[in-house]
Parts: sequence; C-alpha cells; structure tokens
Amino acid sequence: MKLITAVIKPIRVETVSKELEKAGFSGLSVSEIQGRGAQAGRTEYYRGQAFAVEFRTKMCIELLVDENDVDKAIDVIVAAARTGDDGEIGDGKVWVTPVERVVRVRTGELDEAAI
Amino acid sequence: MEPADTAWILAAFALVLLMFPGLAMLYGGMLNGRNVLNMVLMVLSSLAVTAVVYVAVGHGMVLGESVGGAGIIGNPFEFSFFSTMMEDDGSGGPLWAAFYILFAGISVALVASGAAGRMKFGAWLVFVAVWVLLVYAPLGHWVFAFSDEETGVIGGWMRNRLGLHDFAGGTAIHLNAGAAGLALALVLGRRRAGVSRPHNLPLMLVGVALLCTGWMGFNGATAGGANFLAQYVTLTSLLALAGGMLGFITIERFRDGHATMLGLGTGAIAGLVGITPVADAVGPVGALMVGFVAASAAAWAITWKRRHRIDDALDVFAIHGIAGITGSLFAVFFANAAAPAGISGIVFGGGFDLLWREGIALLVTMVYSFAMTYAIAWTMNKIVPIRVSAEDEEIGLDRSVHAETAYEGRTF
Repeated sequence: MKLITAVIKPIRVETVSKELEKAGFSGLSVSEIQGRGAQAGRTEYYRGQAFAVEFRTKMCIELLVDENDVDKAIDVIVAAARTGDDGEIGDGKVWVTPVERVVRVRTGELDEAAI
Repeated sequence: MEPADTAWILAAFALVLLMFPGLAMLYGGMLNGRNVLNMVLMVLSSLAVTAVVYVAVGHGMVLGESVGGAGIIGNPFEFSFFSTMMEDDGSGGPLWAAFYILFAGISVALVASGAAGRMKFGAWLVFVAVWVLLVYAPLGHWVFAFSDEETGVIGGWMRNRLGLHDFAGGTAIHLNAGAAGLALALVLGRRRAGVSRPHNLPLMLVGVALLCTGWMGFNGATAGGANFLAQYVTLTSLLALAGGMLGFITIERFRDGHATMLGLGTGAIAGLVGITPVADAVGPVGALMVGFVAASAAAWAITWKRRHRIDDALDVFAIHGIAGITGSLFAVFFANAAAPAGISGIVFGGGFDLLWREGIALLVTMVYSFAMTYAIAWTMNKIVPIRVSAEDEEIGLDRSVHAETAYEGRTF
C-alpha cells in the first residue's frame, strides 16, 4: 500500500479528481495549502505600497492505492495536472510514501481490502 | 422647522448613522485579520463615548453661546443633560442634538485609524472622551456655532470673525481627524510587525459603500432642510465622488501600473472629503475637478508619508487631511459665484482675502488638532502606558484584548 501525495495548481484540482475517478480511484482527500517552490512569488499593490506575496496557494491531493496501481495513478495525475502545452513552472509535484496499515472504520477491514 | 425639513433631516440622520459601521468595515478590512474586531470596537465605541460626553457638556461646548463672547468655546452647561430637549420649541433641538453627536462621533472614529493594532482599549475609551472635550469641542465651536445678530448670540471665531467658508466640516471634522490621527500614530509608534496587506477587500468595499451613502446625508442635511441647497450639494457630492474615483486610479495606473479596487474606493472617499467644505461653492464641473484633484493629492501624500516611515496605518492624514486642504484651496481659486454660496474664486475675479481666511483656518485647525492630540496622548502615556505589550500585539488585539477572533483557525 502506498500513499500518493500530489501538490498541484488549484485550477487543476477538479480535472485531476475527475480523471482519477474515471481510472477507478474513487477515494481521495483534498486540502488547500500554502508554500514555495520554483515558481516565483508575486507582487501586489495596496494604495501604492508593493507587497511581495511569498507563499502561493496550491491544492494537496492525497490518496491511498494498492502497490500495483501506483504507476497508473501517477500517470493520471501528472497528465491531468500539467498546464500549457509542455507544462509550466508551478505545476506541482507528486510523491509516493509507503503505508504500514489501513483500517476501514465501518467494517474493520484491513489493508488492501480497506483501500 | 417645517415638516418637510424635519422629515429630510430625520432621514439624513439615519444615513449618517450608517457611516459608523461603514468606517468600521473599511478600516477593519484594511488591517490584518487579527486586529479587525478591535478596530470595529474602536470605531463604534467612539459613538458611544461621544454621546455620553454630549449629554453632559459636549453639545453646549460646541453649539452653546460663546463663553465671554470670545468665540473660543461654547457654554458647557447650556444644554446640560439635554433637559431643554424635552419640550418642542419648534427649532428642532433634539434632532440637531442627535445629528451633532454623529458629527463629533465620526470625527473621533476617524482618529482610531492612527491607533490601529496597538492601543489598549480602555485607554482608547478615555482618549475619546478627552479628545472630544479638548480637541473637537473647541474646533466644532469655532466652525459650527453661527452668531445671531437678532438675538445677540455670539458664535465661534473662525466662522464669524475670520469669515471662514466651510460648508460641512472640512476643518473641524476632516482636517482635524487627519492631523489628530497622525499625532496619535506618532505617540504610539510604529507597529512591530510592520505594514500588513489588507486582509479583506470585499469587506472594505462594503464599508466604503456605507460611508459614501452616509456622506450624502451628511452633506445633504448640512443644508439645513429640504431645500434647493440640499439638492445642489447632493449633486456636487456625487460628482466629487466620481472625480475622486477617477483621480486615484489614474495616479495608480501611472505610478504602480495597475488600477486597484482599494484605490477606487479610497479615491471615492478622498473626493468626498474634498467636496465637503466647498459643496455649495463650486460649479458642477468644479465639483468633478475637486474630487479628481483631492484624490490625486491624497494618492501622492500616501506615498510621501510612507517614505517618512510614519505608521498612520490607514492613511487618515492623507485622505482626510490632504484631500480636505486640497478641496478648500481649490475653491479659493475656482469657486463659482453662481453656486449657492455666491463666492467668486480668485481666478474668477474674487478677492485674495479668501486665500488668507482659508489659509489661517486650515493652519490653525491643523496645528491645534495635532498639538493638542499629541499632548493628550503623550500625557496619558506618561500616566499609564497606552500601548499594548509586545506579546499582545503579536497575538493580535482581537484575541489578546477582546478574547474573540474574527476568523476560525486562521492567522493572516
């Protein structure tokens, strides 16, 4: 079992979710996060005063998958999250971490049966 | 009072009351999300404390007969406890009393901007009472108390002896609040966290909308009744508001590269500040220009002030001081004799005496308000420090001073 974490642009979150659902991944969690990466901050003006906005808002998608489905899920996420023709700086990152145990609260099922 | 006049002033009173939540939202939205409730409390409590002061001695000090005929301060006890307000003598006493409480209250509420995010709340309440008595009351008397030759009542020196033209309180209210806000900011010192970006611009916009709505009642009711003057100043106020919006965003476009909503709203207010003293003295095209020039001047003053690192957090000096001075001086040169006030600006053949009359009034107002406010805040601070602790300031005044927060689980 693996946990896939994807940090992506907010405008892509619905597309990624829909594509994952089409590919058979029904469950996931989404959260709004702030952070910094290769993409530069931006400048905003308030009554003529320039403010550097250091952190950008991104969406974080997390989903638990069976080991055999990891590659498929990553391909779906990367394809759906990429913006522009060749992708752009700030499109995000996807990473995979091992998971020791999963329990379904309703039935008490364990591990693969619980995903 | 004629019934139509009473009806209009009653309606205008309700409009002006909207300026308080309006100002609270405008100022609250412009701060960070940890000091917004404190700012709302400061603005609204200004009205509450002012009303108490007014019931005791405030109304007499402003509108009462001048003590010793000197034109300096009204008789504090002329309306004490409003005991004269309970019978109808036909002069609209209770209505004007209520109305003038709002004038004084909004003036001191504007001063709250200079204390944004760093003043003890108890100290603020004391400051409001002292400020209304020592700063607003004399200035109000100088400008709002008209002499009456028939009854022999003597009013304030600025209006009657100097011959100041100030339609609806450009000196006693706006320039006064601007200078006082600056003085309070200087005594308190800069915020430790530095300048933060506004946390809620839509809230600020709702505040601007309410403030502008109220302003129509403010200027409109200063006409004194349901008459042609009220019609005229409503029109010129609208035109100055429009000119103000355009003036500020024009400066922004060329200086920063973008027109912003915050700038548009700020310009609307600066335009209204500019027209307030001269709404009855300029022509319609002049009103548009008053708004445009006043807002441009405010936009310039904000940048100038930043360079001097003065933490007047919400720019009250630029928007209410500089824009007000600009509006007054514009009328000195471009007043249109065909407007209800019947004054000719210097450019249209008017005398130069207008320049020194207005100049003295503006200078005295600014110097008196700044010096007296500085003295009040400085003295209070010597007795008991009026600034919150560094820790409370870091936590944000909403939580540290009032034990409530505007937004769940978020720090801006």
